[in-house]
Amino acid sequence: MTDLRKTVAIVGVDESDEIGKVPDKSNLTHHAEAAYNALEDAGMSMKDVNGLFTAGTSTLNLAEYLGIEPSFTDTTAVGGSSFIIHIAHAMAAINAGYCDVALVTHGEAGRSRRSRPGGDAADPGSQFETPYGFLGAPINYAMAARRYMHEYGEDKTRQAMAEVAVATRKWAQLNPKAYMKDDMSFDDYHNSRWISWPFHLLDCCLVTDAGGAYVITSAERARDAKKKPVWVLGAAESHDHNLISQMPDLTRTVAKNTGPLALERSGVTHDDIDLAMIYDSFTYTVLATLESLGFCGPGEAPDFVANQRTAPGGDFAMNTSGGGLSYTHSGMYGMFLVLEAVRQLRGECGDRQLDDPKLCLINGTGGSLSSTGTTVLAVD
Amino acid sequence: MAYNKPLPVPQGESDVYWQKAKQGELWLRNCKSCGNAYFYPRDISPCCFSKDTDWIQASGKATLFTYGIVQRAPHPGFVDDVPFVTAVVELEEGPKMATNIVIEDPTPENLQIGMALEVVFEDITDELALPKFKPA
Ligand SMILES: [Zn+2]
Repeated sequence: MTDLRKTVAIVGVDESDEIGKVPDKSNLTHHAEAAYNALEDAGMSMKDVNGLFTAGTSTLNLAEYLGIEPSFTDTTAVGGSSFIIHIAHAMAAINAGYCDVALVTHGEAGRSRRSRPGGDAADPGSQFETPYGFLGAPINYAMAARRYMHEYGEDKTRQAMAEVAVATRKWAQLNPKAYMKDDMSFDDYHNSRWISWPFHLLDCCLVTDAGGAYVITSAERARDAKKKPVWVLGAAESHDHNLISQMPDLTRTVAKNTGPLALERSGVTHDDIDLAMIYDSFTYTVLATLESLGFCGPGEAPDFVANQRTAPGGDFAMNTSGGGLSYTHSGMYGMFLVLEAVRQLRGECGDRQLDDPKLCLINGTGGSLSSTGTTVLAVD
Repeated sequence: MAYNKPLPVPQGESDVYWQKAKQGELWLRNCKSCGNAYFYPRDISPCCFSKDTDWIQASGKATLFTYGIVQRAPHPGFVDDVPFVTAVVELEEGPKMATNIVIEDPTPENLQIGMALEVVFEDITDELALPKFKPA
């Protein structure tokens, strides 16, 4: 494969104007505000944009709303990981000359929306899962978490899930934009109500209103951007099922392929990574993902995250924004992994800033543990 | 009270599945190229991408592969059911399917992974019955 390292860079990122609980703003309002803010962060205008990427709505809706006619359009929608996969697609499109300034946006009034998306009755899930109440991520992901407990031990898994919830909350307390900043003890975790056993409330991501966007451009244009470029080193994507009942191995996501491949394309190894941004739709998602990516072996994630290793001050920096568990989660959270990665690499994170990180691995998971996108970002 | 959970809408390639379910039988598609039964029903097999497929009747025996106990109803139709069990079961013929476990007291103690199950059919409309599973 062609070496694409550092051929494109992310040069602008931001959220929509307000995130959290934002009544009276639609999905598209969040898209547009985030686009406005990310372009300002890049020192560019909407006139510069010629590649448009989104998920959750069609780029047909989005381009009309934004008032642009893109020369490259991509509505790859494979769940919350889509916005990580868009990095790879933008990298390919820019290198092929289809566009040179790509705008990727997300917006979701997950908490305050006035309409509900409906499914297609002809889809297999509508016949073979939803009639049984397989509706919503907590129920679907519980299937995987329970199977993991069976294979690797219930008590050990429970403790690891608590470690992730508590450590992630500590990071959120350092992020002014985080939705949940109250102290969380291990007792708070264990005493929180059941949503779908084995998940407590505090195993589950938030449901918020939020938008996010980033601007990605060629190396040439990146050098003229307002801030220092955050380079894309390499990326990989995949998916293996849609229905949770058809997942080949409930304890392993396709990050088992995309992780090693993204690292290889980036020319770096696990040990080189300064920050891991791991989609935390649920505490369990983090455990399965760390193992699948190869940061540890199957069944070893509980030991890997033990003793608050991923909390502020711990020796494995992960989800420093406070994650989907405590910062924000509008529905398709992947976008926000990118925003935090870029800000950490630029050194813009205030109280939660890591000490001069150079390399960040992002892994988005979408659907019912169905798809993953892995990307490695770097600064000079 | 009227049944108000989401209803399956049979499609051309699943009509037989739903007709048989209404008669109290569980039928699967079978790939004749490799001899594997598969779920959910589709005309071309996912194992070999073969058109040489037929239908077989399943024994109705299964084991519990994984499950969750739903405490917060995900839809108004399930409000009176909580707590209820969503599960993935492994059929004796090999495929896995999503279902509910019909059990008096749904607790982790009463739901052991690997436990033997057998199919039961719940009539939900004049045309449709849902295959569910109970401890064997
Ligand atoms: Zn076959």
